[in-house]
Amino acid sequence: MVYGGSEAAHLFRRKFSALFMMQFMLLFSRQGKLRLQKWYVPLSDKEKKKITRELVQTVLARKPKMCSFLEWRDLKIVYKRYASLYFCCAIEDQDNELITLEIIHRYVELLDKYFGSVCELDIIFNFEKAYFILDEFLLGGEAQETSKKNVLKAIEQADLLQENIDFQMRLFAGRQRCRDPSQRAGGNWTHINTFSIIVILLIITL
Amino acid sequence: MPAVSKGDGMRGLAVFISDIRNCKSKEAEVKRINKELANIRSKFKGDKALDGYSKKKYVCKLLFIFLLGHDIDFGHMEAVNLLSSNKYTEKQIGYLFISVLVNSNSELIRLINNAIKNDLASRNATFMNLALHCIANVGSREMAEAFASDIPRILVAGDTMDSVKQSAALCLLRLNRTSPDLVPMGEWTARVVHLLNDQHLGVVTAATSLITTLAQKSPDDFKTSVSLAVARLSRIVTSASIDLQDYTYYFVAAPWLSVKLLRLLQCYPPPEDASLRSRLSECLETILNKAQEPPKSKKVQHSNAKNAVLFEAIALIIHHDSEPNLLVRACNQLGQFLQHRETNLRYLALESMCTLASSEFSHEAVKTHIETVISALKTERDVSVRQRAVDLLYAMCDRSNSKQIVAEMLSYLETADYSIREEIVLKVAILAEKYAVDYTWYVDTILNLIRIAGDYVSEEVWYRVIQIVINRDDVQGYAAKTVFEALQAPACHENLVKVGGYILGEFGNLIAGDPRSSPLVQFNLLHSKFHLCSVPTRALLLSAYIKFINLFPEVKGTIQDVLRSDSQLRNADVELQQRAVEYLRLSCIASTDILATVLEEMPPFPERESSILAKLKKKKGSSKLPDMDDSRKNVNGSAEHAEDAEVASKVPSHTFTDNLSVNSAPSSGASLLVDVFSDFSSAAPTESSDEHFPRFVCKNNGVIYENQLLQIGLKSEYRQNLGRMYVFYGNKTSTQFQSFSTSVSSNDVLCSQLNVQEKPVDPLIEAGAQVQQILNIECVSDFSDAPVLNIQFRYGGTLQNIAVKLPVMLNKFFQPTEMTSQDFFQRWKQLGAPQQEVQKIFIAKNQMDTDVTKAKLLGFGVALLDGVDPNPVNFVGAGIIHTKTTQVGCLLRLEPNTQAQMYRLTLRTSKESVSQRLCELLSEQF
Repeated sequence: MVYGGSEAAHLFRRKFSALFMMQFMLLFSRQGKLRLQKWYVPLSDKEKKKITRELVQTVLARKPKMCSFLEWRDLKIVYKRYASLYFCCAIEDQDNELITLEIIHRYVELLDKYFGSVCELDIIFNFEKAYFILDEFLLGGEAQETSKKNVLKAIEQADLLQENIDFQMRLFAGRQRCRDPSQRAGGNWTHINTFSIIVILLIITL
Repeated sequence: MPAVSKGDGMRGLAVFISDIRNCKSKEAEVKRINKELANIRSKFKGDKALDGYSKKKYVCKLLFIFLLGHDIDFGHMEAVNLLSSNKYTEKQIGYLFISVLVNSNSELIRLINNAIKNDLASRNATFMNLALHCIANVGSREMAEAFASDIPRILVAGDTMDSVKQSAALCLLRLNRTSPDLVPMGEWTARVVHLLNDQHLGVVTAATSLITTLAQKSPDDFKTSVSLAVARLSRIVTSASIDLQDYTYYFVAAPWLSVKLLRLLQCYPPPEDASLRSRLSECLETILNKAQEPPKSKKVQHSNAKNAVLFEAIALIIHHDSEPNLLVRACNQLGQFLQHRETNLRYLALESMCTLASSEFSHEAVKTHIETVISALKTERDVSVRQRAVDLLYAMCDRSNSKQIVAEMLSYLETADYSIREEIVLKVAILAEKYAVDYTWYVDTILNLIRIAGDYVSEEVWYRVIQIVINRDDVQGYAAKTVFEALQAPACHENLVKVGGYILGEFGNLIAGDPRSSPLVQFNLLHSKFHLCSVPTRALLLSAYIKFINLFPEVKGTIQDVLRSDSQLRNADVELQQRAVEYLRLSCIASTDILATVLEEMPPFPERESSILAKLKKKKGSSKLPDMDDSRKNVNGSAEHAEDAEVASKVPSHTFTDNLSVNSAPSSGASLLVDVFSDFSSAAPTESSDEHFPRFVCKNNGVIYENQLLQIGLKSEYRQNLGRMYVFYGNKTSTQFQSFSTSVSSNDVLCSQLNVQEKPVDPLIEAGAQVQQILNIECVSDFSDAPVLNIQFRYGGTLQNIAVKLPVMLNKFFQPTEMTSQDFFQRWKQLGAPQQEVQKIFIAKNQMDTDVTKAKLLGFGVALLDGVDPNPVNFVGAGIIHTKTTQVGCLLRLEPNTQAQMYRLTLRTSKESVSQRLCELLSEQF
């Protein structure tokens, strides 16, 4: 059978669509621990684990001065190491390697800006944030918003929404939990926004 | 900005993560995780309702555990709850859990669809984005079914926020990839194209990807995007670097958008409009010029972004393949990169040059870099770069430099990495064959290959050298002499013994005049290797020996002695034993005349594609390979041979295969040789198929036809008297299908009843690829026959004809009708005339399962009416058949009798022919 197995079926489908896109992105540590995985093609958990295992091994075995691209199965792997973390993307044959390398870099910049000099620990403890930022930046394997300012603005707004709902909950529940909002150093802009959102939310709930 | 206090600080989660990190061993970690899982499970199951915060915390913990690589089989419901919450922080975590954990668990997707719908309708940009991200991340077919029609609306609505537009565009792109058939084209498509003009560069960035995808699907609908894309690109490349503000990346203006625009333009041929064309050329020239300017920053990000655009521009230039000036400039630019200090750039330059080498305009320019590429092969430290150098040498090879390139590749082979040796062997073998002017060089090269990398020389390679030697008598003497000399080496590779045995068995007589290679010397030389070889090789040597008996009567006695020895006649291997017995017998009883006929020299092999090339294609995919056509003509004379059925039918008369391979055990050496002949080229007769036809009566999708070459899948949808069928042709081989064409034919009667209109289909189907064709169907009046889809294409020189009966049946135009019991019986009575009713009693072919029957009836197209029939085991249905001319109401009743394993089917419609046809169709389904 030519098309035995779901993986073959997957490849078949991909060729049919003949598109250029990122297939998946993996972040893993020097010790080979996976820190973030994002899949833009449907694969079973088993296949994902197999791919991850193989790829982590392959990439970790490469020497520092080697080129950042390699052929792997029928995909191209683009990877780069930042401190203790490897960022690794799989793209298709005709896809642009250099721009993918810069996608990785822009994502690192976004993390850096958001966490303030990001380190592996930030990504471990705030993994959900790492995912949210990635979703704002890349969607369906394609760059959605390449402006650093705009991506961070979207995340900040969501964060604000979150805090103010928390704050509002506290008002309603009448208890003081979490931390003091005034600890947050934000400009006037933040406060105005905070205020207006609270007002809006109050109106909605009432 | 003090960032880490961001988030809502789920303390429990942080504590848990710290615990895991402090675990000293894998066992401790697993123990801690299991403890936590038990805790979460009990919390979720507990009587006390959890508040949103705890639920969120626990779901987050589960997510973390999953991301560590453990399986999670619960918590989905809690995540769905969170997702439906109207608190942002809970919703966000719910969505995250679903996006990460759910692949296409359809049950769950249905549960969240409602919540997603609400968020999409919320008019709150943040909520809408969450929902859109989730759809794009999951991207399942169910999602496409539920939302594919809503999203275009959101995308083009005037009041949609920019960020939502961006998400919507890419979300639609993802759905279009998953289920292209479910994304409807419509008036929105024209408005999407105009997003290329949007003020917001983020929107343009997202929209360009979507448009590229859609343009690949239906290029005609998006033609207008070309001029808009050129205009946009032109504005970007001529802008000062600060103009685009935050979209400038390390002094490069909008690199991502530029790459996407260049990619979109690669969906189309060069613009016909002269001014547009020159504007595009200007853009490309500007990009090439910028590569020569001094860098604006020393940072690698600057050069990467700049070169990303440059490489994409070069890809477009190669795609257009029409401007010699640009092609040569591109080539020179890449030539500079070949010696760049950045390994990445050297790698990419080698890769891009490979495609440039195939253009007639730039082939010569690429060739000037041969020395640099050869030195890359020798000095690059990274195997993936060396691999690219091998590919490029292969691509730039032609008659003028083939000797040099083959020699370099051979010498590299001695030290090459094991991982790429086999591929190099194949490439050398192909180049040597393709560019051989004198075939002595070819024979030397292949023997060298075997000497240097015998283990990596696959069967195909040595089969091929034998095919060529047999087909060309000018090289036979040389080949015999050379293999004889090569076999003198004390240790030679088994593949050499095979080639040597075969060639000396055929052409040993050509060198027998020289006393140094007299028949006896030849035989002794071969036989000295015999005991070191595997069974298939020994079998081949035995065949060579019997050929020797014919060629050289003077060694007959010696060979008979060998055949007669216990180690042959009583060999444990049945194949060897049988050969020894039969050959010995044959040599004893047959007269010289008979022997001469039976053991005659092999006739020339019929023309066929190089088996090596096929192998390389299988390894690499066919796209990167040069065409071998001209070489085939060189070796075997006329290429028309390929389609000559007569030649193919003569093949079985080959003496070597017929007479020598008496036993065709699969392991026998001779039958290995037969294997390469198995794909005879001949015009295949029309294969027609309607075996899957009945399966489509109650369903619309599936595989209608499949053979070794081609798979045909169908998806169809019907509304009233109209239908649309998506036909997917999948090439299952590793070879391109050419001249692919289809036509739909109907007989005279059917022609007037059913209109089928086919959209054009791509004439080329790449290896392993699939193309789609759309058929539009209109039912004019009721019909009972089915149209036939005729498919024709060339596969490796052979014309293939396939005819498939298309599953367009009358019941496809059903519209289900719900009615009350009273209505039903009233109409039932109205249709009481004898010719309006058709009844059939038949035996159940399948198990009688109520649910299956229900599903089939629904698939058939009628509405099932509960509570109409007094007997609950019976099924009652109603529907209307829509045709262009009339509508035919239809009632049916199906009475299963499980004891007798029988059914009684009754149909009443206002038209006799309809009742007949529906009864025929439906009664075959149970």
